[in-house]
Amino acid sequence: MNILISGLITGSMLALLAIGFSLIFGVARIINIAHTAFYMLAAYSIYYLSVRSGVNPLLSMLVAVVAVTVLGLLVYLFLIDPIREHEGAVLIATIALAMVFQEVVLLTFTGDYRTVDFLITGFFTVGGVKVFYQQMLTFGVVLLTLVALWLLLMKTKLGLAIRSMAEDREVANLMGMNESRLAMITMGISVALAGFTGAVLAPLTVLNPYMWMEPLIIMMAVVVLGGMGSIKGSFVAAFILGFTEAAVVFLIPKGAFLRGSVALTIMILVLLIRPEGLFGVAFEEER
Amino acid sequence: MDLVVYSLKKLYKIFRNEVLVLPSRVIVALFFIALLGLPLVTRDPYIIRIVILTSIFAIFAASWDLLSGFTGQMNFGHALFFGVGAYSSALINLHAHIPPWGSVPLGAIAAVLAGLIVGIPCLRLKHTYLALTTLAFPIILTGIIFALPDYTGGELGVSGITRFTNSLLGNYYLHVVTMLTLAVIMWKITDSNTGIIFHAIREDELAVKASGINTTFYKLLAFSLSGLFAGIAGGLYAHYMRIAGPSTLEVSMSFMVVIWAIFGGAATIYGPIAAVFILFPLLEFFRFWPEYRTMIFAAVVLVILLYMPEGIIHWIRDKIEKECPRCKIRNVATRKSCRICTADLD
Repeated sequence: MNILISGLITGSMLALLAIGFSLIFGVARIINIAHTAFYMLAAYSIYYLSVRSGVNPLLSMLVAVVAVTVLGLLVYLFLIDPIREHEGAVLIATIALAMVFQEVVLLTFTGDYRTVDFLITGFFTVGGVKVFYQQMLTFGVVLLTLVALWLLLMKTKLGLAIRSMAEDREVANLMGMNESRLAMITMGISVALAGFTGAVLAPLTVLNPYMWMEPLIIMMAVVVLGGMGSIKGSFVAAFILGFTEAAVVFLIPKGAFLRGSVALTIMILVLLIRPEGLFGVAFEEER
Repeated sequence: MDLVVYSLKKLYKIFRNEVLVLPSRVIVALFFIALLGLPLVTRDPYIIRIVILTSIFAIFAASWDLLSGFTGQMNFGHALFFGVGAYSSALINLHAHIPPWGSVPLGAIAAVLAGLIVGIPCLRLKHTYLALTTLAFPIILTGIIFALPDYTGGELGVSGITRFTNSLLGNYYLHVVTMLTLAVIMWKITDSNTGIIFHAIREDELAVKASGINTTFYKLLAFSLSGLFAGIAGGLYAHYMRIAGPSTLEVSMSFMVVIWAIFGGAATIYGPIAAVFILFPLLEFFRFWPEYRTMIFAAVVLVILLYMPEGIIHWIRDKIEKECPRCKIRNVATRKSCRICTADLD
């Protein structure tokens, strides 16, 4: 039961992060290492607003997501867009950015562990295990967001543009889609998703300035395992890895050390059999 | 006597015609002289220590460039080779009592094996898939190390390793000369036929395959060569610091090497080395403001990248030299006509 709950929460967090990451990679070919750093920033802004300043938690979540999204767009405009042509430069720019965010958080909030209060308190017991309402709420909200995102991508014109850009940039450009504007919109969506993840998960996790490192790696594993650019793939892979982590932690002694290792080993084994991931499509090589 | 004068004259002529004509070559020559002559100027142990560490990381960054810059096999988990080199030479030294002269090469061989273990499954992967998968390997190894603290020391690492020598100068020349030699070897590799094939694999693997070249072999070769050099760097680091800890496998280590190599200019070998020699002492220098150290460092990298997205070395080279449009030979930027074919430059 513990495994189920913990797996669901980790899985839903990973799914949201991974989808945002693979969106911006698909559209703009940006490997955004700073993606989980935005997640951390959102969690910390909620901490700042609701715990330090005493703003209503719901309002502070909203403000945090908006603020992080605006920050993401600014970063894209001033730091990433000018060097878009050089993939390597973009890559290390995002790494450097993540380091800057980490240091800023470390300076403002120090390295202490912080927690955010639950939105709703109380719990019920299933099979001898406490299930907090907050956990159920988080899971529900995540599912709703995923459905909304799916609708956005599949049913609207913007979604069509994003998907076609991910499939073939040049043809999409020829069909009259504004490449750089679309990249910017996608960056906004992607960062907003990261911020939102931070917002809904802040009450359930412990905040510290290095909290972006671990989800980053597992998130990348999810993206690769599910297949680049496949939302369904990211979703399934996120829950596979989420449950694996939870199972390793609860079933194996010293499992906490090994949870990353086991999850990543699964990813490598799957990739050996299907190099394009579970649901990925083997694209024609870009030349 | 005549023979000596003759060969000296010839040497001077070669030097004048091959080195002095290009400012970049002059800079490289000055760099060699400066590194070898540094102990004449200062013997401050702190500075010596920084230069030694810089040299070790320069080998490490250049080995990343060999694999990822030249062959295009983006490796985000390069710390694996460093860590394997460090841990295995430390364990060999500690348990088999083999002196560093033997344990560092053995550690490097272990790193070559690690390169093959990573390389073989990754043969089928391309681009981003490869990059993100390689990131996983050092983390898996870290997990194993933490889970088996009896053999690996867990979080504390393996300590109590013997040093090469205890003399300051001996250590300095050992590391600096090793770095310069390995750098020249790596540069020679990339300048040879093999290097051209590496280059071609990055540009268009399909075309290389179509030309009848066994790309699988060359990709594995790149993985093992890169593993070899990174393993040597790891072994040197372990013996110099006298500890091989999990910090050698950290994600930030993998990211750092990517920052160094791309900051200096990928696919050049000398670019990453120059970048390490700029960035590592810079990071040390920022110790004056310890809280802001990493932040200033990252900000400097960000700002410089905005102006020189191809890497700092490419940028400087394009400022001081230009390429002849006809024969593709490089010339000093001040020349009006090419030094070889006299075509007009502009």
